[in-house]
Amino acid sequence: MTYTLAASVNESMASLSDTLVIAMIVTYAAALFLFAVEAAYGKNTKLKAGKLMPVGAGDDADSGIEVSVRTTEGEARASQSVLGKLAIGVTALGFTMGVAQIVARGLAAGRWPWGNMFEFVVALCLVAVGALLYASVRYQARFLGGFVLVPVLILLGIGVKWLYVDPGPLIPALHSYWVPIHVTATIVAGGAFMVSGVAAVTYLVSHRSEARRAAGEETAGIAGRLPSPELLDRISHRLILFAFPLWTFGIVAGSVWADEAWGRFWGWDPKEVWSFISWVVYAAYLHARATGGWRGPKSAWINVLGFATVMFNFFAVNYLFSGLHSYA
Amino acid sequence: MSTTATEKTGTTGEAKGAAGLGPAGWLRWAWRILTSMRTALILLFLLAVGAIPGSILPQNVVSVDEVNIYFQEHPELAPWLDRFHLFDVFSSPWYAAIYLLLFVSLAGCVLPRAVTHLRALRSRPVPTPRNLDRLPYSARFSTGADPETVLAEARRLLRRHRVERYGDSLSTETGYLREAGNVLFHFALLGLLLTLAAGSFFGYRGNMLITEGDGFANTLPSYDAIYPGHWTDMDSIAPFTLRVDDFEAEFIEDGDLRGQAASYIAQVSYTEEPGGEERTHQLEVNHPLDVAGTQVYLLGHGYAPEFVVRNGAGDVVFDQSVPFLYRETATYTSDGVVKVPDTGGEQLGFVGVFLPTAAETPDGELTSSFPGAQNPRVTLEGYQGDLGLIDSQSVYQLRTSGMEELGSSPVMEIGDTWELPDGAGSITFSGYKEYVSLQVNRDGARLPALIAAVTAIGGLMLTLFVRPRRVWVRAVRGEDGRTRVELAGLGKTEAAGDNTEFHELTTALAGRLRNESDDSSQDTSDRRNDR
Ligand code: HEM
Repeated sequence: MTYTLAASVNESMASLSDTLVIAMIVTYAAALFLFAVEAAYGKNTKLKAGKLMPVGAGDDADSGIEVSVRTTEGEARASQSVLGKLAIGVTALGFTMGVAQIVARGLAAGRWPWGNMFEFVVALCLVAVGALLYASVRYQARFLGGFVLVPVLILLGIGVKWLYVDPGPLIPALHSYWVPIHVTATIVAGGAFMVSGVAAVTYLVSHRSEARRAAGEETAGIAGRLPSPELLDRISHRLILFAFPLWTFGIVAGSVWADEAWGRFWGWDPKEVWSFISWVVYAAYLHARATGGWRGPKSAWINVLGFATVMFNFFAVNYLFSGLHSYA
Repeated sequence: MSTTATEKTGTTGEAKGAAGLGPAGWLRWAWRILTSMRTALILLFLLAVGAIPGSILPQNVVSVDEVNIYFQEHPELAPWLDRFHLFDVFSSPWYAAIYLLLFVSLAGCVLPRAVTHLRALRSRPVPTPRNLDRLPYSARFSTGADPETVLAEARRLLRRHRVERYGDSLSTETGYLREAGNVLFHFALLGLLLTLAAGSFFGYRGNMLITEGDGFANTLPSYDAIYPGHWTDMDSIAPFTLRVDDFEAEFIEDGDLRGQAASYIAQVSYTEEPGGEERTHQLEVNHPLDVAGTQVYLLGHGYAPEFVVRNGAGDVVFDQSVPFLYRETATYTSDGVVKVPDTGGEQLGFVGVFLPTAAETPDGELTSSFPGAQNPRVTLEGYQGDLGLIDSQSVYQLRTSGMEELGSSPVMEIGDTWELPDGAGSITFSGYKEYVSLQVNRDGARLPALIAAVTAIGGLMLTLFVRPRRVWVRAVRGEDGRTRVELAGLGKTEAAGDNTEFHELTTALAGRLRNESDDSSQDTSDRRNDR
């Protein structure tokens, strides 16, 4: 027997969600502009000592405590201006729109709002921006703002232009409570990998500027005003520490689901192969940091490579290969 | 990081000396190289790179059909690729070499660390260094509290640490779980590999098609395809039986998503053993059936058109449904073959196409526009002669070499009959059923593998988030009667976070002592305020 049904969709929620995507893109673009101005024209300011910022010798001298710190690292500085605070506010506004958009889309389709490529990309960007906001508040890492928003805007553009589909029901393979578990884990890890990858690229630029300064050359523009490479490296590493176990969990949850849906927990389907590859590359990144001669730019490149494999998995595997995981 | 140190001697120091060492020395040298972090890194890269062809080229584990298609499309290249096991990457000797070396390296690397760690667990924190200000972080302040109070306060503050008193100082250490987590994580990975191997040796997996109304008994011959492990005893597999009572597929009818499947549901009845109590189960894509430790999964479905064939004399010689295989899920245009060996005369064969929702393309070609059966049609090509059934052959292919063509049928609706030329008889398209494709799977590794994976995640969290660090506190009464307090810290991981934390400890300790002396003697604090 075969039945057909009409896709039941809440039209007003659907159009609200579509409007919010566009509003969010415009808001992020405005924030990007503000971040860029801060990075290029802000005042080079010392960051407070904190989780990722070194304590300097003599800090807290007024409380009668005399501190001596024997690390080679200087204090952490970044280009800052009041525009950056505004930029964070605008980004937070865009983030709120993103949350509302995803909720509206979920209500429109009457299901978890991550079931197709468009929804994955939007959710990934939401997580990346969330990670940026978190890092800004917790680690004073506002200087990453512009660098994170560039790929976010590119991805959202691709999502709206090429991946968009109307909200609707899911294919049977996705009818499972594993969607919120497995897909959420991989999307959250993916967003953190993205911000980490961006921090790694920023690290590489800053590292080069530093080398050029050491060689007596002038470094101008945003590239010359970045925070120290050590700080960028630490932020990038910190995000991997968060994302790698989550990715591992995502893979394990995915294989439990695959066991339920397809009758095997691991079948080397292209999507599985690539998530395995990403996992191994990030494991290599963590190893490289503990291997003599591999810290620094080499491990940053491994990190960037890791994010490239995540993106490849996201796009290429859905469109180039046929497999059980093709939801394109 | 002791590994980095070992590694340095392993790759450079020993390399020079190796030449004069004889076989044992060479072995030890090779072992050092193999178990170095750099080798682990390289092997990890190889593991990743080696997996890439497994996603680009079709793989036998994923779909034998796609590998066969690749062989047809690339007749020159495919045999070459096959020589390098590129259609079986994940079971190939070269890929096995990579991961086996990796795991040997892992064991060789992590075992000694586990031993060192066990020893460290039993030993006491190291004696306090004389010059605390040589440490990465150190701080000094003075207080009115006496040294014993300072050290007692420090003990309270560092209650999570293991503490040892050395004279006028405390030596403390914390974060032992990081190393334990690291060992646990790596060994859990090793365990995962072993359970997976065991599962593939003792389990089995099989596929079959069952048409609505038909049944299945779990025995070797019932399968269309079966993949037992090397050591699986196929004579003693769970003897369950199963019948597909009904199948329903739902498809979305309109909008962007037209043709997308919305749900597949099969109602099945089963018994654990022949003659046992019959139970029912609703089989869905994410809702497998578990019978006696064996899982039955719904993988897909298709159409089985029904045909009635009459011979020249008008006798019914064939009346049954025939499963057709779909070409694509978007339309379910399906292909199949009807073989009629017993006609009383020459054998008949038909190659058919089933269109669940027949529609014409703008240039007049007939296709299916929807996967659901809204307007089912069949077209057939007839053949007469010898089916060649003496040789084994696929039920989905017709061997036409010994046969003579009878031409093509008109487009047939349900109930239509095609009168074959030359009085060869007739064939009626009498209706259709649906079939489901099922997979039966028994893999004993499922649970142990899950346990290993969860253990690995637990170990990983410990190794990533626990930060081992040492803190020393020394309190000495100075000439002026006030106590000089020194606090120093050494982190074994990232520097900045640890220093911040040591600094927080210092401020907390200073704060507590201030409060305490406030309570006990008003004048001490007054004196400090005057300072
Ligand atoms: C299946 C392959 C392997 C994977 C997925 C893997 C993964 C990891 C991960 C995620 C970490 C945590 C890194 C950190 O603490 O930041 C780690 C640490 C470590 N791994 Fe592996 N590893 C593997 C194989 C090996 C091998 C073959 C060796 C030895 C040659 C090894 C030695 C170590 C050591 C010594 C550490 C601790 C590094 C440190 O002190 O920070 N691992 N590994």
